[in-house]
Amino acid sequence: MNKDIIIIGGGVVGCAVARVLSRYDASIALLEGASDVAEGASKANSGIVHAGFDAKPGSLKAKLNVKGAQMYPALCAEVDAPYGQPGAMVLAFSEDERPTIEKLYEQGIANEVPDVRIIEHDEIMELEPNVNPDVVCALYVPTSGLTSPYELTCALADHAAVNGVEFIMDTFVKEIKPVDGGFVLDTSKGEMSAKIVINCAGVNSAKLHNQLSDKELTIIPRKGEYYLLDHTKPLQFTMTMFQCPTKMGKGILVSPTCHGNLLLGPTATDIEDGTAVETTAEGLKWAADAARLTWPKENLRTVITTFAGIRAHEVNGDFVIGAVEGCPGAYETVGVESPGLSAAPAIAEYLAEMIVKNEGLTEKAEWKPAPKREKPFYAMTLEERVELVKRNPMNGTLVCRCEQVTEAEIRAAIRRPVGARTIDGVKRRTRAGMGRCQGGFCSPRVLEILSEELGLDPTEITKCGGKSNLLVGTIAEAAGKENA
Amino acid sequence: MLSPELRSQVKYVDVLVIGAGPAGMAAAIAAKEAGIENLLVLEREQNMGGILRQCIHNGFGLHRFKEELTGPEYAQRDIDKVNELGIEVRTGTTVLSVDENRFVTAISREHGVQLFEAGAVILAMGCRERPRGALATPGTRCAGIYSAGTAQKFVNLEGYMPGKRCVILGSGDIGLIMARRMTLQGAKVLACVELMPFSSGLNRNIVQCLQDYDIPLYLSHTVIDIQGKERLSGVTVAQVDENRQPIPGTEKQFDCDTLLLSVGLIPENELTEMANVEMSTLTSGAIVDDSLQTSKEGIFACGNVLHVHDLVDFVSAESFKAGKAAAEYVQGKKRTGKYVNMKDGNGVRGVVPQKLLIPDDEAQTVQIMFRPAGVYKNATVRVMDGDREIARQKKMIFTPGEMAELNLKPEVIKSLSGGDVTVQIEQ
Repeated sequence: MNKDIIIIGGGVVGCAVARVLSRYDASIALLEGASDVAEGASKANSGIVHAGFDAKPGSLKAKLNVKGAQMYPALCAEVDAPYGQPGAMVLAFSEDERPTIEKLYEQGIANEVPDVRIIEHDEIMELEPNVNPDVVCALYVPTSGLTSPYELTCALADHAAVNGVEFIMDTFVKEIKPVDGGFVLDTSKGEMSAKIVINCAGVNSAKLHNQLSDKELTIIPRKGEYYLLDHTKPLQFTMTMFQCPTKMGKGILVSPTCHGNLLLGPTATDIEDGTAVETTAEGLKWAADAARLTWPKENLRTVITTFAGIRAHEVNGDFVIGAVEGCPGAYETVGVESPGLSAAPAIAEYLAEMIVKNEGLTEKAEWKPAPKREKPFYAMTLEERVELVKRNPMNGTLVCRCEQVTEAEIRAAIRRPVGARTIDGVKRRTRAGMGRCQGGFCSPRVLEILSEELGLDPTEITKCGGKSNLLVGTIAEAAGKENA
Repeated sequence: MLSPELRSQVKYVDVLVIGAGPAGMAAAIAAKEAGIENLLVLEREQNMGGILRQCIHNGFGLHRFKEELTGPEYAQRDIDKVNELGIEVRTGTTVLSVDENRFVTAISREHGVQLFEAGAVILAMGCRERPRGALATPGTRCAGIYSAGTAQKFVNLEGYMPGKRCVILGSGDIGLIMARRMTLQGAKVLACVELMPFSSGLNRNIVQCLQDYDIPLYLSHTVIDIQGKERLSGVTVAQVDENRQPIPGTEKQFDCDTLLLSVGLIPENELTEMANVEMSTLTSGAIVDDSLQTSKEGIFACGNVLHVHDLVDFVSAESFKAGKAAAEYVQGKKRTGKYVNMKDGNGVRGVVPQKLLIPDDEAQTVQIMFRPAGVYKNATVRVMDGDREIARQKKMIFTPGEMAELNLKPEVIKSLSGGDVTVQIEQ
């Protein structure tokens, strides 16, 4: 395969870059090592669109975070991804922490975050009655937002795909070799070549960088473990509640998600293996204990799952974004840890602008709009549902009862430009299996629909690609083997 | 709230039953037999029968039919009766909402969005299995972890094997049944692991599903780690102390591709909560009186949505009562009298009903059900009206895995003082 541009990595950054570049006249492929986009850090993070008070003024992180956050409302409207702006607080539980709050406030002002202010105990309790009453003061950030990071990533990928970007999954890039007029990539699916490569490989990005540059970068994978709670009414917190940050990160948070669940976490543990996304007894206990400071009446009875994500922390602490020094045609986004999700739209514009200028790309005559999706059934009014089922009776069959996902929605998710191929892929695009029974009831039916839509045998359907097959054979085969 | 156009589509039914599993079918049959003609049953699955459809083992119906049936056979008897009585059942129909005024919305492929106003609503939605996520068991989120009922559906209804080497966490009945089922189907079941010092399943299932196949049961053990990047490759099991915390040094490693969970059933009460029905944290079901009416007038609950039963026979018996009571409610047979509260005493968890009516007119026998909070040998259950014992029953053994029941006779109910009634176990 030979392309003008190969983007490595189908996380939110890779997909955002792909989408922006799909505006230009170039053949583009995006290679993803996993079976789907958003399989790495982009599926397992807090989903918060940080307003930008946290990053060191003057850093690339600060600049791109603030800009990215401002781009979110319009971007999510354009590509049809969830977005909300419930606001956030950073809480101080003693006067000792007040200086930290004041410093964050000053950073917020320096980074030009709109409307930040410090609020005191009474106002905090009025806004969030379930917070620990020991709270002394807080930084109040009304423009702090929420998105669904995996749904956004899928939407960005769809928009890129309808504009010609080819998405190639299950393709892990082992090595990038500069050659005359471009690069040869040694991948798990053989050699591929491109004039331009863009390394958006997240936790693997430093490894690829070091193949191209003498200036070594080091990524320390930093694990964060979370609890996800069911959406119950009323929600215990309406805003994202941070504690004071530590040198390991923004501190533990208790936050609503954009789907009305409650999220607790993350921990921050440096690990060696960037693929080690298992949760641990210690991590989960630590998160539960730490979150209790914010939420003394913490109730984990409604936990529906726990998960871990990996932050790609570069040892120098800032994003490394731009052209790879001394290697023309190579570009990269390395060390994109939090607030990477918030910054992603700005990262993509910033990088694309550079590439367009350096490489002399020209705009296409036509850039197709993002494919519109039906409003999710769960979010519809009764009247809308009446009309929906009249239009397509397949919406009358609810496959996922916990999250109210219809058969038509599941089929549509598989038929999207970058469609679902796995049980998890359907889950991330539709929420089927995301609820309190965790797919207990719907997974057999989702599996059946996937096998119908993709023309595969049910035993070939996987949870998340690779050898994650759900079924090992038919009962007739199993019995046959036993008797033989 | 409704637009005039939608308002005109609202259909009135005397009794609306939600769910056509064993509870919903029995309730519908009883309502019909009590004279309700305008009756409708809504079922989200494509077939009636509920979870019994996938329970192809036998052991059902011993109490009700005095014979041993498979799940589908048991269900078929009710399905036949429902059909014979001409009860309208809409399958493939999911109820979207129920409110306290008994306004119900539902959706199906065939009928689109449907709006109902019901004289009485019977909640019979059953229960769901507690998933792995709710346990917060550490480890990876790989393929190969199923709730036992999901695995049962794959094997018995779809004809597929979910794995070859299994560990079963939890000793609930479905887990025990699946231990046998997977073994018979050629899989190797390495162990059944139970957190508590006793099984939560029926004793007959321990014997017939584990012991008969030499499957070890590890009591006071749990899974402390789950391994495998794509498909499950192993689990670590450890013994737990009296606080259910893993004891270091007791770890055992099992190489397996499948972990089946049978760690509890949760009544599926999302609709109940929408109707603002008062709930019990002990049963996770509605609080009901002895006619199975919830805190909202005209809304009744029965079967596993009310409290998780061990035997379908008792689900049916309870649901017949609910169906009859709902019919009487619609027919205007008002029950008057004074309510007393039923309380859990020592050794008792989740007494149902939680309220008893001392009727102004003639009283009837009331069956009370509860789960023992622990294992009690040669013990007596006593029902107390203040300091006065009003009923007692002695048993060789009470265990949490077997629901206990006791009848209060009409004269006992008439004699109640009006104070709280407590049910307790004494050794």
